[in-house]
Amino acid sequence: MPETLTGASALIRALENEKVEVVFGVPGGAILPAYDPILDSTVRHILARHEQGAGHMASGYAHASGKVGVVMATSGPGATNLITPLQDAMMDSIPIVAITGQVPTTSIGYDAFQEAHTWGISMPVTKHNYLVTEVSDIPNAIKEAFHLASTGRPGPVLVDIPKDVLNQTLDWQSPGKIDLPGYRPSIKGHPKQVRSAVDLILESSRPVLYAGGGVLRSNGSESLVRFAELAALPTVTTLMARGAIPDSHPLALGMPGMHGNYTAITAMQKADLLVAVGARFDDRVTGRPDAFAPEAKIIHIDVDPAEIGKVRKADVPIVGDARTIIDQLTEEAELRIEKGAHWMDRESWLETLHNWKRKHPLSYNQDPEGPIQMQYVIEQIHRLTGGEAIVVAGVGQHQMWASQFWGFERPNTWINSGGLGTMGYAVPAAIGAKVAEPDQLVIAIDGDGCFQMTLQELITASIEGIPIKVAVMNNSSLGMVKQWQRLFYDERYSAIDLTSHTPDYVGLAESMGCIGLRAKSPSEVGPTLEKALAVTDRPVVIEFPCDPDAMVFPMVPAGASNDDVIVSAEDLP
Amino acid sequence: MNHVISALVENKPGVLARVSSMFARRGFNIHSLAVGPTVDPNMSLITIVVDGPEMEQIIKQLYKLVNTVKVTELGPEEGVIREIMLVRVNSDPTKRAEMIESASVFSARPVDVGAATITFEISGDPEHLSNFLELMRTYGIIELAQSGRIALPKDRKTKRHTTASTKSARMDPS
Repeated sequence: MPETLTGASALIRALENEKVEVVFGVPGGAILPAYDPILDSTVRHILARHEQGAGHMASGYAHASGKVGVVMATSGPGATNLITPLQDAMMDSIPIVAITGQVPTTSIGYDAFQEAHTWGISMPVTKHNYLVTEVSDIPNAIKEAFHLASTGRPGPVLVDIPKDVLNQTLDWQSPGKIDLPGYRPSIKGHPKQVRSAVDLILESSRPVLYAGGGVLRSNGSESLVRFAELAALPTVTTLMARGAIPDSHPLALGMPGMHGNYTAITAMQKADLLVAVGARFDDRVTGRPDAFAPEAKIIHIDVDPAEIGKVRKADVPIVGDARTIIDQLTEEAELRIEKGAHWMDRESWLETLHNWKRKHPLSYNQDPEGPIQMQYVIEQIHRLTGGEAIVVAGVGQHQMWASQFWGFERPNTWINSGGLGTMGYAVPAAIGAKVAEPDQLVIAIDGDGCFQMTLQELITASIEGIPIKVAVMNNSSLGMVKQWQRLFYDERYSAIDLTSHTPDYVGLAESMGCIGLRAKSPSEVGPTLEKALAVTDRPVVIEFPCDPDAMVFPMVPAGASNDDVIVSAEDLP
Repeated sequence: MNHVISALVENKPGVLARVSSMFARRGFNIHSLAVGPTVDPNMSLITIVVDGPEMEQIIKQLYKLVNTVKVTELGPEEGVIREIMLVRVNSDPTKRAEMIESASVFSARPVDVGAATITFEISGDPEHLSNFLELMRTYGIIELAQSGRIALPKDRKTKRHTTASTKSARMDPS
């Protein structure tokens, strides 16, 4: 006898079958049926204070665990509030499954209460989406959604289910084989292309390995480091790939791009070969595309064929999974070496890079009298934690400094919103990361502007017992906007002042069930952090009133060539 | 330059919206689009005419849609390409016979005849239709409706026997 279930119970059963441990969400009218069986389920539900927060929690969870993050919301405003996290996950290739309630099928199209055309609205911000109109389709839709989210180029998938479909019954059957005739992502790289790639690498005297977020999505760090060492490839890690190779590794050049360091930027500019792995030649990396790496041949490895040739023509394109292809390259290179091949001499290139590193280090100056510099706070957190933490950032100056000054030694310890640049990402994403990795220290490094966008999720954190740390870098302004107004709008500051005293961050934190701390001067930074790190039973917010006039350097102005990098404030025209 | 793309997609609700949304999102221009069933009831064929140089990206982005099974670009010599058009033209009763006769050279049929107008139906490749329009212009076109282009790749074995269009007389420019 097949078991008879409601659509809602079948949905929860399907989630259990996908080994879902936790769902982040906010209930509401149309999704109500699904919130009943979840009470009896092994799936933990974490009640966010806003659907955007729930979506970013799912993203932080996915980032930290490598599993699919799951978010649930109701129809209409619940679904529309998910659009930002979905597009964020789309841009950064984060596997998320979003489940939304919809008004009953009989009401669709009648402008019913809390109706929105979720399927249509979410289409361009998801890898794929579903409107399930037959209750018997629920198990298959969920199975396909998880498959699509987690394979190929990962991304968000939304499943919209009308309320009447959730209430109808079906005879439960485990979903059959996935039938997606138009979806067959490549995994292994074409052997001929792999051989051609090794040919180019052998011939190159100024190569750079350009590692992007795809390396981390494919768990390819170890393979990457092994290959970089074998082929003596200096390696840059994009904002999405920080930690793919330890920053302390002699071949690591750090972050390239708009706020990258001089060596990483210039190495790419002067290279005769770029080996791009899981990277998409984003405008923040390339600067003016026609002036980017003008002498470099390109090997482009990506699981998404559409990325290859989108911005820069590849001399050797290889479609497939990043780790698998790096391993293929390693194997092929080893074979060649066995047969007597050897790399072009890289000594002078490596020495040049080494000299650039020495001559143009990232730097800042902390006056002991203050004001506090964000870079100093970041370095102090690193010192006191030994770097053993997952760092989550918002978007803006604090994010760039965190990426620059935190020495990343392990993969998946840096979580941020890269492609979409979503302010407010840090607090909810940190909550998601802490749920995934409860034994790790999770620290959100956030700006005051970002913090004010999603801080209510700290209520979620304290009530659900998710003890994250949040370092609020309070420069009392929208710092990155201010920096641009200073540099490109003649110091005419418009709508960037957040004031230094409102809100009272300590009081605000306490009101949400967190510990609130404040370091007023540079000398208080260390001791305050020590206090914060000693708390393990609830979330802590530490406010650092920071220099409101500091600017992030190096900087390649938008639309400029990477040759015109401004290394420090002294280089300003 | 116009390119003809033939996309075999799963016959599922909303698949056309996915295709057109992707084109809009990526800033690709659609010149015309036609969608219809295939011999396999699970599949539909979308024929898209696009302008622009970004063919490689367009094809890759089409493939990226989960419901897209196969994408073929058809060059002018590689496909049988057709459009259908209805044209209503002024028709003085004294000229009616002459018009119908010259239309027949294009294999265009009168499908509606009124007191002062004739409506012709014509199908063929785009050049054929445009030649016919040029002829009709001399009588005065009142309105017209035109379908999107549809196409099938030529069978290589029988390529030589495929007609370019309905055998038609070119307009004599004089």
